[in-house]
Amino acid sequence: MAQAATATAEMSPADEHHWTSTGLDSRKIAIWGFIGSECLFFASLISTYLVYKGKSLVGPLPHTESQCMLHGKMQTCEAIFETPLVTAGTAVLLFSSFFVVLALYHAQKGNRAKLLGWLGATVMCGLFFVSMQVYEFTHFYHKGMGYSTNLFSTTFFTLTGFHGSHVTLGVIWLSTVLFLAARGKLPPEKSLNLELAALYWHFVDVVWIVIFPVVYLMR
Amino acid sequence: MDAHSAAPGHDDAHHPSPAMYGKIAIVLFILTFFEVAAYEVGHRPAAILHSVVEPIVVPILLVLSAAKFALVAMFYMHLKQDSKLFSNLFVWPIVLAAALILGLIVLIRLWHAATF
Repeated sequence: MAQAATATAEMSPADEHHWTSTGLDSRKIAIWGFIGSECLFFASLISTYLVYKGKSLVGPLPHTESQCMLHGKMQTCEAIFETPLVTAGTAVLLFSSFFVVLALYHAQKGNRAKLLGWLGATVMCGLFFVSMQVYEFTHFYHKGMGYSTNLFSTTFFTLTGFHGSHVTLGVIWLSTVLFLAARGKLPPEKSLNLELAALYWHFVDVVWIVIFPVVYLMR
Repeated sequence: MDAHSAAPGHDDAHHPSPAMYGKIAIVLFILTFFEVAAYEVGHRPAAILHSVVEPIVVPILLVLSAAKFALVAMFYMHLKQDSKLFSNLFVWPIVLAAALILGLIVLIRLWHAATF
């Protein structure tokens, strides 16, 4: 008991690890377990979107003209998707994954200036993506597509909205790590704090890698 | 080597270099370009190769998407270098997720065909 107390007292905060019987850090196992559960969460949303795909009775529809209720009367609505904007968002999200992995590399090497630069770029990319989605949702609303307009709108907003909320959470998490790094509280031996956030960010990216073609490119 | 990388089952020394990360980013960008190109060619009757691409747009998109997914998971998420336990924690839920998506689509289609 006394030995354990002495060992704890001698351990600096930077040396605190959470080893398990597997020899792996418990926090990293936890984030992978969480990511695994999130796969099933998004699978349920994607499958719901696919099951109801093409079953909407009124417009607006994603890729084709349709009859829809706008300003209190039925009229012809054009296809609602604008692929170039979402493609730009997709590219930015992909590059953010590249930026965060570079930030982690420099965090592990103890290069604080480059860590701050790449992590700041990642946060900016995340903010761009969230802004793109807010613009897109607002634009759809003004074109007559609310949450409960038709089956497409409900499943689309639920799926992409949940993804957007995950991106927002990721931006907040990465911003917190950026704040700590800027204050010099992310030395190389604590880079796991960034690695956990980066793993979550990469997961958000791979989910979009699936959502983008399934929702925006497959008719 | 820092205390973090010295941990058992976690070897940062074998993580890819920034140059490798850059190459992966370029490949991801190119694959995304091909996805959008396949969509544009497949859905514009006036486009060159439309008749060739149009019937296989969905398989092309699925393959390209899977390739991008695998690249990010293997290199950016370090599953290629890290402990196999992490790979198992990620891959098996993905297999289950794919089975869930396929199963639900088949089930609903069968139910729809039987009901209507």
